[in-house]
Amino acid sequence: MITTHKSPKRRMELEAPDRFRPVVDHELCRKCKKCVTECSFRALEFVDGAVKSIGGCVACGRCINVCPAQCIEVRQVQTMFPPHANFNEHVRRGIMSQATTGGVLLTSCGTDIPYPVMFDEMLLDAAQVTNPAIDPLRETVETTTFVGGRRGMLEVKENGRLYMEKDPGPMVAMDMPIMIGHISLGSVSYNAQKALFAAARELNILAGSGEGGLHKDFNVYSQNLVGEVASGRFGVTGDYLKRTAAVEIKIGQGAKPGHGGHLPGEKVSALISQTRMIPLGTDALSPYPHHDIYSIEDLQQLISVVKEATEYRVPIGVKIAAVHNVGAIASGMVRAGADFITIDGFRGGTGSTPRIIRDHVGLPIEVAISVVDQRLTKEGLRNRVTVFAGGSIRSSADMIKAIALGADAVMVCTAALVAMGCRVCQQCHRGVCSWGIATQREELVARLDPEVGAARVVRLLRSWNEELKEILGAMGIDSVESLVGNRDRLRYFGPNSKIAEIMGVKHVGEGWG
Amino acid sequence: MTAFDVWGERKKVETFDPATAIERMEDRVIIHADRRDREGRLVHYKVLNELIRQVMAEGERHIVLDGVMGHRYIACTANNKEVYIEIRGTPGNNLGAFLDGPTLEVFGNAQDMTGNTMNSGRIIVHGNAWDVTGLAARGGTFLIKGNTGYRVGIHMKEYGGMRPAMVIGGTSKDYLGEYMAGGTIIVLDLQRQGERSPVGMHLGAGIHGGRIFIRGKVEAHQLGPGAVMDQVDGEDAPELESLIAEFEKAFKTIVPRDWEEWTKVSPASSRPFSGHYDPTSI
Repeated sequence: MITTHKSPKRRMELEAPDRFRPVVDHELCRKCKKCVTECSFRALEFVDGAVKSIGGCVACGRCINVCPAQCIEVRQVQTMFPPHANFNEHVRRGIMSQATTGGVLLTSCGTDIPYPVMFDEMLLDAAQVTNPAIDPLRETVETTTFVGGRRGMLEVKENGRLYMEKDPGPMVAMDMPIMIGHISLGSVSYNAQKALFAAARELNILAGSGEGGLHKDFNVYSQNLVGEVASGRFGVTGDYLKRTAAVEIKIGQGAKPGHGGHLPGEKVSALISQTRMIPLGTDALSPYPHHDIYSIEDLQQLISVVKEATEYRVPIGVKIAAVHNVGAIASGMVRAGADFITIDGFRGGTGSTPRIIRDHVGLPIEVAISVVDQRLTKEGLRNRVTVFAGGSIRSSADMIKAIALGADAVMVCTAALVAMGCRVCQQCHRGVCSWGIATQREELVARLDPEVGAARVVRLLRSWNEELKEILGAMGIDSVESLVGNRDRLRYFGPNSKIAEIMGVKHVGEGWG
Repeated sequence: MTAFDVWGERKKVETFDPATAIERMEDRVIIHADRRDREGRLVHYKVLNELIRQVMAEGERHIVLDGVMGHRYIACTANNKEVYIEIRGTPGNNLGAFLDGPTLEVFGNAQDMTGNTMNSGRIIVHGNAWDVTGLAARGGTFLIKGNTGYRVGIHMKEYGGMRPAMVIGGTSKDYLGEYMAGGTIIVLDLQRQGERSPVGMHLGAGIHGGRIFIRGKVEAHQLGPGAVMDQVDGEDAPELESLIAEFEKAFKTIVPRDWEEWTKVSPASSRPFSGHYDPTSI
């Protein structure tokens, strides 16, 4: 049984002390008790006429924002673990917790280990003298992005006319090179998913449905959705496949490469049970592999059957977690017939994953995307597919650098959730999200207004797109397509030139000639 | 193949007229899957599936596919309950994937991944059906006269009134009912020879719903984690009886009701990961 609350009784002298504590200024406190009722982690109590902290705070910040007197602050508890650089606090807390529960440490969101971030070690180029910069407010800078296979080949015939020898295949146009990633109903609430889908429709971009089918209320958004065929095949029916604008076969996820999905029975509410088509309260387990895919040839069969199921009307993609041999695997995916491929880097988010996998498995997206782009280009395959990059795209800068490294578009999840209230407290797996995002409890879900959430996501992504145009203009590029794989407009400014070499990015200071 | 002129002119360069593969009878339509184009190539699965969709849309209810030779994805996502498709020959992989309603009857062997993620309908095979038959099915019935391969009925699941069922006349190999989350699998082993168990190793590994009935011996070491073995009891009788009757009717055979020789395999828990994880935030 997975306990969703850390009850005060369970605390023993051998357990790790809390990391955060809400501190109430009792002089300012109006004793409205709003913080107590709003704290879904039950870290606050009203006793003897005052609000007291009783442990279990995760620093989600809900109490701070709801306090009308603004008299709460959450402090990081500076517990003095005897200093040790090797057996650091993080390591010792893990040991203490596992010695108590004997379980595989579960966590959520992307990894919080301070690995180097290559996005932050690269600088972009700008136009000076030899090529003019463009003012995006006065001139058109195109950000429309097409998703789908590019199998067409133009040929100039003897009569001087252009012919396309092959059917170019289905395409979906997005107004900006951003897709809201696959966040399933189950990992997030009905209201959260509704907000994301509504934002995608407003922005005219795609959003992933995630594994677990599509709630019937969301059919109105289906022309902006990418359906997902994951190993559990939850909610996957012919009708579902035919409804969405594109379909993605999910092999892996950056936060948990090689791991299946596991929605604990506590989260399988009536709503989830109905959408995923599984009994109430049972664990929803997605097998680790697809048992019909043990090779590229098998993947080709699943892609073909989904194409057949959708009567060749929508693009079919494949998503993998970035792993060490990502270049060769991506090449196989394209050869197997994928119209678009998604590479998810190891820093990507999740609603629940074993900590050991989240923190220690995979490849950073910066390296993965550039390796895939170089490999596909070398093999003459790059022009056939749309490539998405995901796995912690935190800002428009990350997006622009990912595109310059070789992606056609990026996949954004955590940033969109942060726009709706998420504080990245890494407690999604406990299902008691105080912001109404990663929870199925009705009283918590009601805290998130889908309209407000959608409007915030729309504003965030629109501003990113404006920033993209600013950068493109500064570089003298008038279409985002011209930035794709344009690694020459990047320079590496970090400590490890080997990484720059692998990414195909020159070092700062290196020019053209 | 069709060539497109980007300026709007469209010219057909068909090398094979699919319409010639269709033969219309009074009560049925026959599609000759063994037709070849003028270069001697067999009808492609895309053409065959397009023809099936076309005759279904025209309202045909009895469709015969003749001379099928490994054509894949036959009738995938077909969703009309009244449609009956008779398949003569050997269909390829993923027969009836995402099927939702129709009855497919194969007079021959089926290959891998038959009825992949089936929603409802019936797949009857007068022969063997190989690996991963019934993968992730959440409804419908599979009746297999002969043997099946590895990883059959894995991750079948049930919900509400939907409960998939599979009756295998012969035997099955390793990982039968792996990850099973619902539904019923019956292994009859009608051609029994000696004391050999009709199922392989890792039976019901990770099973957390549903039930597997085996006519024959199962040793404890054949069970996968999460599976428990039991006797067939009176409660199971109505379901067994109705599925066996369906099997007998489909293949005009008689199945002995020797219940004392049967074994039931079911899940130990519907929450197999209980206690496996530590949700504490560190």
